[in-house]
This record gives sequence, C-alpha cells and structure tokens, in this order.
Amino acid sequence: MAFSRKSLGIPYAVFLVVFVAAPLLFLFYYAFTDGQGQFTMQNLLHFFTDPNTLGTLYYSFSIAIVTTVVCLLLAYPVAYILATSRLRQRSVILMLFVMPMWINFSLRITALKEILNVLEGNLAMYPFLNAVIGMTYDFLPFMILPLYTTISRLDGALREAAMDLGANDVQTFLRVTLPLSVPGIISGVSMVFLPAMTNYVVLDMLYNSTYIMGSLIGSYFAAYNWHGGSMISLILLAMICLFTLLSGSVEEEGSARGALL
Amino acid sequence: MARKLIRPLFLFLILMFLYLPILLLAFYSFTSSTHIGAIRGFSMQNYVTLFTTPELTGMIAGTITLALGAALLATLLGTMGAIGAFYSRQRASSFITTLNQVPVINADVVTGFSICILLVVVLHISKDSYIPLVAGHVTLCAPFVFLSVMPRIKQMDSSIYEAALDLGATPFTALMEVVIPQIVPGIISGFALAITLSLDDYFIAMYTKPATFDTISTYVVNATKGAQTTIKTALWALSTVIFLIVVLVVLASNLRAMRLEAADTGRRAAAENR
Repeated sequence: MAFSRKSLGIPYAVFLVVFVAAPLLFLFYYAFTDGQGQFTMQNLLHFFTDPNTLGTLYYSFSIAIVTTVVCLLLAYPVAYILATSRLRQRSVILMLFVMPMWINFSLRITALKEILNVLEGNLAMYPFLNAVIGMTYDFLPFMILPLYTTISRLDGALREAAMDLGANDVQTFLRVTLPLSVPGIISGVSMVFLPAMTNYVVLDMLYNSTYIMGSLIGSYFAAYNWHGGSMISLILLAMICLFTLLSGSVEEEGSARGALL
Repeated sequence: MARKLIRPLFLFLILMFLYLPILLLAFYSFTSSTHIGAIRGFSMQNYVTLFTTPELTGMIAGTITLALGAALLATLLGTMGAIGAFYSRQRASSFITTLNQVPVINADVVTGFSICILLVVVLHISKDSYIPLVAGHVTLCAPFVFLSVMPRIKQMDSSIYEAALDLGATPFTALMEVVIPQIVPGIISGFALAITLSLDDYFIAMYTKPATFDTISTYVVNATKGAQTTIKTALWALSTVIFLIVVLVVLASNLRAMRLEAADTGRRAAAENR
C-alpha cells in the first residue's frame, strides 16, 4: 500500500476514540444506571435534591468565584504593568511570574502550608481563607499569562489617541484598555474558575475538609461507587462545556499553557 | 514619584508571594529544623535522606520514567495526529481536532475518573499493569503536543514538499526529510509541555496508578497527611532541587533564545550591509 500522509492520523484518531470518546460514553452509561445495570434517574435526582450535594455545589462556586476575583485583581495589574512598561528585560520578568507553573504543585503547596502554619498557628481555623490563598498561589500564573499576551498585543497608538483626544489616564484605561483586554480576561478566568471548582487536593493539603465538586468524585471513587462518581463527572462536564461555549476560548488554553515553551 | 515606585513595588510584592514560600523552604532544607521558624544549625541531612531512602529515590525515579515514557508516546501520537489531520479531508480533520479539545478543556478529575471507569471497571485491566496510568498520562499530554505542532504545520511552505516529490523523493522520505525538520520546534515544545504536564499531574495518577506506585504529587499529598518528620523535611530538599532544576532550564532556554536572536540580528545586519 502506498504511504500517505493522511494515514498518519489514523493511530491518533483511534487513540482519541478509545481513550477520550469511549470513556465519556461509559460515563453516560454509568451515570444513568444502577448497580444492576437498570436505567435510573436516581443519581441525577439525588444530586439536585440532597442538601449535602447542593451545599457542595454552593461551596465550590463560592471558592471558585472568590479565587477567580482575587487572581484577576492581582494578575491584571501585573500583566498591565509588564505589558505597558518600556523595560527591555520585561520578558525575563514575565518568566519569573510564570516559572512557578513548572514546579510541582504539591511541593509548592507544602511550602505555602509551612508559612501559613507559622502565620496562623492552626490552619483548620481559616478553611475558606486558606483554600482561596492556596488556589490563588497555585493558579495565579495561569491568569497572568493570557492577560499579558492580550494587553501586550494592544496597539499603543489607541491609548495615545485617547490621550490626545483629551481622556485622562483613568478614562483611557476604563474605556480603551480594559474593554480591549476582555478576551484575555475571559481566557484567564476559564483557566482559574474551572480548576478552582474541581482541584480538591489543594483543600485536602490545607486541612479543609469541606467538599467541593471534585471532592465528590474523589469520595465516590474511594467508595467504589462508579455510578455516583459518573453522574458528578457528567454534571461537571456539562458545566465545563457550557462555560467553554460561553467563553468561546477553546483554542486559547492550549496556546496559553504552551506559550512559553 | 510615588507612582513610579508603586508599579515595581506591586510586582515585587506579587513575586514575594510566589517565591517566598519556596525560598524559605529552600533555606530551611539546609538546616536541621523540623519546622519553619526554629533556627537550628546547618545540615545536609535532608539531602542525604532524599537520595538514600529507597522509598524516596524509587518514587522520584518512577515519576521521571513515567513522565519521559508518557511524553515520548504522546509526542509520537500527537505529532502524527497533527500531520494526519492537516492533510486529511475536512470531516476527518475536524473530528480529530474536536476530540483533541476534550482533554484540554476537561477537568483532570473527570479525565482520570472516566479512564478509570473504562479501563479498570469495564475492561477489568489491572492497575498493577501500569496500562491505565500510562494511557491516562498519554491522554493528558498528547492533545497539547497536537496543539503545539499544528501551528508549525500550518506555517510550513507546502511547495517544498511538492518539490521533493518532483525531484524523486518517496512520500515517506519527503515527510522525514522535508516536513519533520520544519516542524521540529513545535515537536520539541510539545514534548517539553508533555513532560511538565505529566510531572505536575495528581488526579489522573490518583485514579489510575497501582497502589504500590507513587508519583511525586501523590507521594507528597499523602506525606503531608502526617508522615514522619524526616520524610517531611527531606521533601523540602526535593522542592529545592526541583526549584533549582527549573531555574537552570529556564535560564538555559532563555540564553539560547537570546543567542539565536543575536545571531539573527547579526545575520540581518550583515545582509543589509551587503
């Protein structure tokens, strides 16, 4: 058979079907069946009627929203200052901000934990605060990077034009720079908000025993309850799809994560 | 005046937030202290423990082997996938591209759990075979390789490939000697990205690994739930070693980029002088 470049894609297509599509199909199957393989809506109903799981949903949203806002408030000025500075070494400084991304998160959280221990005495006293600090510490670089990319691509002439037309610094920022950096904000938010709903290991490490959405999967997994775990996975997946459709930034994440390599 | 100071000060404060924990831990890793704040004498004991305790060295070697293996497989699959998808008809191409996005946007918890469901629960493949773990990590990494190779293929000048065919090269030779060299930068950055993703993963390993195997992430997370003090402080040493490696790699790649840039400007200047 003659060699064709098209056929190179076959192994990867098969791989994607087996390890991406098929697992999702079985997730569907397990989410809507019970232990005997009978169709059931019980798993779905349980999630939306049990006060515990609803509380978890609420707590996840609270943590994710607060973490995202804190990350945005810290990352935007960093990205803005760097992107608009005339420093020649600004790419080196940017590197300093994203380098933590490449250090294993569990070791970084361990380091953070030691400091929080000294500052707070007992970590268990401030579970919500610590969860937000831990996640901000973990995810901040992922917010800085897309913001920096977007802001540094903005045409400086637009800002100058606004100034020439009589806008002051604040007006220029609010009416020119900020609206134009919305794509960066959206992609940064999607890189922080979703992990903040699911990355329960950060909470575990900081002795926060309250569940977030990801912890539910972890607890079903530990109890070998594949049906319950599949339903939570499916609900998360639906939320992720919805979020991605709304933000329309599917391509951005890959490029942002790989931008500096 | 004040405004000029505020900007660098803000950057400095955020950098402190990001680095102070790591640097403090690095400092204390060279002492015999068992917790931060207690000043004790200089000691290399943590490093000795780190490199002589079989449990720790085994876990580090396992993590690195897994990352290299998964990254190699992911690079091979992702690169072939990108080339194949680029030259395929629209429908096949968008099929691959769409499925490729799923692990990218999905939460790692869900990816790990769904692979565990298929391989372990449905197909009864033992986690001890390492198949679920490796499959999970390749699934995590390959889509990012695909995404970093694709732009290179799109930028490529396709007429060179045609020229190679006209000059008598077989399609396979033309692929290996014309196409691959042009997309090498994308392949390398995809491979590097795959390594970092595998090293940083917790959830996929958690749901697919054999009970006796640990990656750095799963080991550290377990250790923080009450391990002996010697292990805990040896992990400070590990954190310091990894920090230094990352700094060195970043410095090296920055220097290389700067040298390439300098060579490029030099060449351009020479061309203009001619």
